[in-house]
Amino acid sequence: MSDPVTATGGARFAGSDCAISDLGALGMVAIRGEAGDPAFAAAVQAETGFALPPVRRFEGEAEAGLCWMSPDEWLLTCPYAEAEARAGRLRAAFGGLHALAVNVSDARAAFRIEGEGARALLARGAPVDLAPAAFGEGDVRRTRLGQVAAAFWLGRDGAFRLVCFRSVGAYVFDWLKASAASGARPAGF
Amino acid sequence: MLLITCPCCGVSGEETEFAPGGEAHLKRFGPGSEEGEFAGYLFYRKNPKGPHFERWRHAYGCGKWFHVARDTVTLEIFGAYKATETAPPQEILDRIAARGKA
Repeated sequence: MSDPVTATGGARFAGSDCAISDLGALGMVAIRGEAGDPAFAAAVQAETGFALPPVRRFEGEAEAGLCWMSPDEWLLTCPYAEAEARAGRLRAAFGGLHALAVNVSDARAAFRIEGEGARALLARGAPVDLAPAAFGEGDVRRTRLGQVAAAFWLGRDGAFRLVCFRSVGAYVFDWLKASAASGARPAGF
Repeated sequence: MLLITCPCCGVSGEETEFAPGGEAHLKRFGPGSEEGEFAGYLFYRKNPKGPHFERWRHAYGCGKWFHVARDTVTLEIFGAYKATETAPPQEILDRIAARGKA
C-alpha cells in the first residue's frame, strides 16, 4: 500500500484571528439507507456507536463521528487506516437491507478552521447564517463555499471541520487563506 | 435573492445553493406520440408573468429535486413541494389565490 497524500500536502495557515490546517488523511465512509427503517438505524448504531444524526447534525467528537449529509446519506469519519474495515463491517451488518457503505476517504479533502474569526471567515463564502444563535456546536451545513460544494460542522471544541471534494481541495484552502489574510469580515460579527 | 426551503431535507438556503430546472409538471411524450405533442413537450414552455411552478434542485445541499411555486414578478415564493407530487398541493394554490393571482 502506498501512503495517502492529501490534496494540499498538510498545508497550514495562521491568520490574525483564525487558523486553517489540512486535517491530514481522514477516513470517510459514505453510508446510504432509509432513515425511517429501524433495522438500518440499529445496524448503523451498532457498528458506528452513533445514532443516526437528524438533519443538519453531527454526532461525535473532534474529527471522528457521524455527519448528516442528506435525508438518506451520512458520512462516517474515522482514522484513515480504519475506514476500509469499518465500511466492510457496516456492509455485513446491513445484510439484505437496501443500504450501502463505501470507503470514500480519498474522495474528499478535510480542513480544520479554528479561532474567533472562523465563523466570519466561513460566512464570507457560504450563504449560511453562522451567527452563534443559529449555528451551534454539532450543527452541520452542506452548502457552497466560494464557487464549490463543501460541508462543514462545528465541533464541541469550538473548531470547524470542513470537507470538500479532493479535486477542489487546493482551491478551498487558497480561498480560505486569501479570505483570512484580507481581514475583510461580513457585517454582524 | 430567493430564499428557498428544500422540502426534502428541510434546510433553508438562498438561491445560489440551488439550481433551477425549468417548468414543472410537464407531461412527457415519447416515441409513437403525435409530432405536435412531442414538439410541445420538447420545446414549448410557459413564460408567465405571475405565479409559476418550477423544478429546482438542492444542488449544493442534499442534491434532491423538488418543486417550487414562485411569482416571476414579485419573486415571492409561495411554497415548495416534493418532486413526487404531480400537481401543486391545495395549500399552495390557496396561498396564490389569497394574493389575488389564481
